[in-house]
Amino acid sequence: MPEAIQFLPPRQDVMSRRATIINDLRDLLPADCVIHEARELVPFETDAFISYRRMPLAVVLPRTTSQVAAVMKYCHRYGIPVVPRGAGTSLSGGAIPQEDAVVLGLSRMARILEIDYANRAATVQAGVTNLSISEAVGIDGFFYAPDPSSQLACTIGGNIGMNSGGAHCLKYGVTTNNLLGVKLVLVDGQVIELGGKHLDAAGYDLLGLVCGSEGQLGIVTEATVRLIARPEGARPVLFGFATSEEAGSCVADIIAAGIIPVAIEFMDKPAIEICEAFAKAGYPLDVGALLIVEVEGSEAEMDATLASIVDIARRHQVMTVRECQSATEAALIWKGRKSAFGATGRIADYICMDGTVPLRKLSYVLKKTSEITDSFGLRVANVFHAGDGNMHPLILFNANDPEEAMKAEEAGNEILKLCVDAGGCLTGEHGVGIEKRDLMRHQYTSAELAQQMAVRSAFDEGWILNPSKVFPLEGRG
Amino acid sequence: MQTSFTPEQLEDPHVAESEKILRRCVHCGFCTATCPTYVTLGNELDSPRGRIYLIKDMLENGRDADEEVVTHIDRCLSCLACVTTCPSGVDYMHLVDHARVHIENTYKRPLADRLTRSLLAAVLPYPSRFRTALTLAKFGRPFAPLLRRAKLLRPLAAMLDLAPRSVAAQPTTMMRGAQPIRGIRRGRVAILSGCAQSVLDPGINVATIRLLARFGVEVVLPEGEGCCGALVHHMGRESEALDFARNNIDVWIREIETKGLDAIIITASGCGTTIKDYGHMLRLDPAYAEKAAKVSALASDITEYLATLDLPQQEPKRLTVAYHSACSMQHGQKITLAPKLLLKNAGFTVRDPAEGHLCCGSAGTYNILQPEISGELKARKVRNIEATKPDIIATGNIGCMTQIGSGTAIPIVHTVELLEWAYGGEKPGKLRDR
Repeated sequence: MPEAIQFLPPRQDVMSRRATIINDLRDLLPADCVIHEARELVPFETDAFISYRRMPLAVVLPRTTSQVAAVMKYCHRYGIPVVPRGAGTSLSGGAIPQEDAVVLGLSRMARILEIDYANRAATVQAGVTNLSISEAVGIDGFFYAPDPSSQLACTIGGNIGMNSGGAHCLKYGVTTNNLLGVKLVLVDGQVIELGGKHLDAAGYDLLGLVCGSEGQLGIVTEATVRLIARPEGARPVLFGFATSEEAGSCVADIIAAGIIPVAIEFMDKPAIEICEAFAKAGYPLDVGALLIVEVEGSEAEMDATLASIVDIARRHQVMTVRECQSATEAALIWKGRKSAFGATGRIADYICMDGTVPLRKLSYVLKKTSEITDSFGLRVANVFHAGDGNMHPLILFNANDPEEAMKAEEAGNEILKLCVDAGGCLTGEHGVGIEKRDLMRHQYTSAELAQQMAVRSAFDEGWILNPSKVFPLEGRG
Repeated sequence: MQTSFTPEQLEDPHVAESEKILRRCVHCGFCTATCPTYVTLGNELDSPRGRIYLIKDMLENGRDADEEVVTHIDRCLSCLACVTTCPSGVDYMHLVDHARVHIENTYKRPLADRLTRSLLAAVLPYPSRFRTALTLAKFGRPFAPLLRRAKLLRPLAAMLDLAPRSVAAQPTTMMRGAQPIRGIRRGRVAILSGCAQSVLDPGINVATIRLLARFGVEVVLPEGEGCCGALVHHMGRESEALDFARNNIDVWIREIETKGLDAIIITASGCGTTIKDYGHMLRLDPAYAEKAAKVSALASDITEYLATLDLPQQEPKRLTVAYHSACSMQHGQKITLAPKLLLKNAGFTVRDPAEGHLCCGSAGTYNILQPEISGELKARKVRNIEATKPDIIATGNIGCMTQIGSGTAIPIVHTVELLEWAYGGEKPGKLRDR
């Protein structure tokens, strides 16, 4: 049995000053921006990585950058841990608080500040949801490309923290490739701007550093993101295969042929059944694995790309090829895919893994994953961004059975190690959070980790920002 | 989601049901995005996920409701947008119903709040009392600004604001019993006369009866039927709600067993959602469970029923209709396309306002009990509707008609009034100068 993931022990000097801290926060912010009653703190004790929960000391919901700065200045002065939170949709526990921490929620900073088509950029507050950017510019033919499955709810601030990806990132890149600038509140309350609307900034690429830093280098309150013109057309096509291995090797061959569709999504049989039951998108139920391949461009372009993909799929004994016939059908196909995790909740509790592997290893890792979950007596459903090699095995278990819950975690750890050992990496897009924190040593040498921690310390010497996350608790120096 | 209830707690069938609902939730947070109060207030406590967590904590610990929990549950509109969004199929409706009953049974509200709620429960479900109250509202209206100054009296001010300037006369056609039909008889249905709608806008059911008669459907208005119980149900006053339900069930079952009914037609989607839930509400009552399920199965929104009649296509009318889908219609009953297809088929140009999934803030008595949030949602809804530049707004719920109508100069009518006009009936009164 592995040990449950630990949090840092609460700082007693902070805990003993709780009443003072709350009073001070109430002086700094309007009354309705500070939550401190025990009852009201409970719903903030976790995010979408719900197996772990810690009550926060208080929650603040500021409305402006200067309010965020005031909170940071205060917490920095007294060494009070701060856990930033967007929509609380993290699957790796990135927004789970701890007993001595103030949760800094950005949900009230949800305005789109500027849309600038001439520079293909939008500037938004950090609490704006991912999808609402695309909705705001959709009418003019633009969109914001990274599209995590939780895009309906997750915030751009959270996306930056985790360097989130999504189904359409195969072609357009993940958050870091679509981020132009941020307004960052430093740990001591100073406000700085990084990047802008230009492609490169003078000096170090600190923006690249901040993206994916899981709220440990500062609090992003505004972001400038790249807008992309919508293609002439887009068409998802369903490819059904007899086995997961066959589908996996087909993906590697498509990419190796130099074809970059917008998305190649993978679902195995359990995942197809779950998603079909929810979305009724018409996924074939008689296949062992399914690829959703989306091509885009002009009709001729889409036809040509598709023809090449169909050729490759035939070499892998594709069983069914189904082109989507209408916009409604396309929407349903994506709805089913993007709701896959939540829809899994209809049949069982689950933890969602997030590892990345080289494409040539997809089939091998899929096979090994099943062996691992089998050996623990657990079921697994696979639904993921195959084109990026970004796997998401969903390990199914019963949360009311503590023994099975621990088994699920243990199986998850084995799978993530498998990804690393196959030449891949612990995360694809969900970040490290607490979930993968203790596996970081499996991925990195001591020197590599020490270098990352040195950067962290340069921004936050006292380690008060999201302190229990990313780096193993031992050996932090 | 993990739960921790004791076997003793789970012996209570209501707790057992809530436990099952909670187990479905995976805490993904998708629901927050489409929740009108979260979008307005930006606080997870005022989102479905936050409320689910508050309810879970309260029930697991077997605790009485307290001010904090009540504040956030009271702010829920019961619009059920979260149920539409939830990929895991969490039955939030029955969870929040249970929480409301628990609140009603274990929490003592401040006096002014108690009085307001008792007043609403004693007046709104009874047409004659409601009509009298509206007449009296005329005299109370000058005091509204004064009432608005005291937080606890704001609901009274909201009531006065919402009361129509003039009360419609009872139309003579609203007689009891069966109404004559034209042509071949295609069906026999009962129509819910209900409560508030029959006072605020009796023309809706008159139009419905005429339209159905024109297509050969015999409509009966059975004696003794009344409020569906939704108003008190949403206040957690469960025994009153169940009494209303049992009364209506008795009336309809009598009709079903004597002359038979093909459907029970409802022209207010808020009532429809509740009547379709009678089977669930009375599942633990051995004397009524079966009858209630039968009634729920027969309950049909008027647009759902009209869609089965295959109405002929009409000439285009050069009138643009913004269709506002009531929450009880789209989220509660999952009726999304039928009303729009009927309107298009009848010759209207139909527009879907942006953010159509968001509530207008009416939500039963919500616009009286939570006037601030309701007002913000109304303004947002009206902005989105007016952006489509419609000639007319159509919807299928009296609550939305009153709410949206009080925020725009564009006439708002019931979908069925437009259909009745398109199929040979009179032009709706509100459109006469258009």
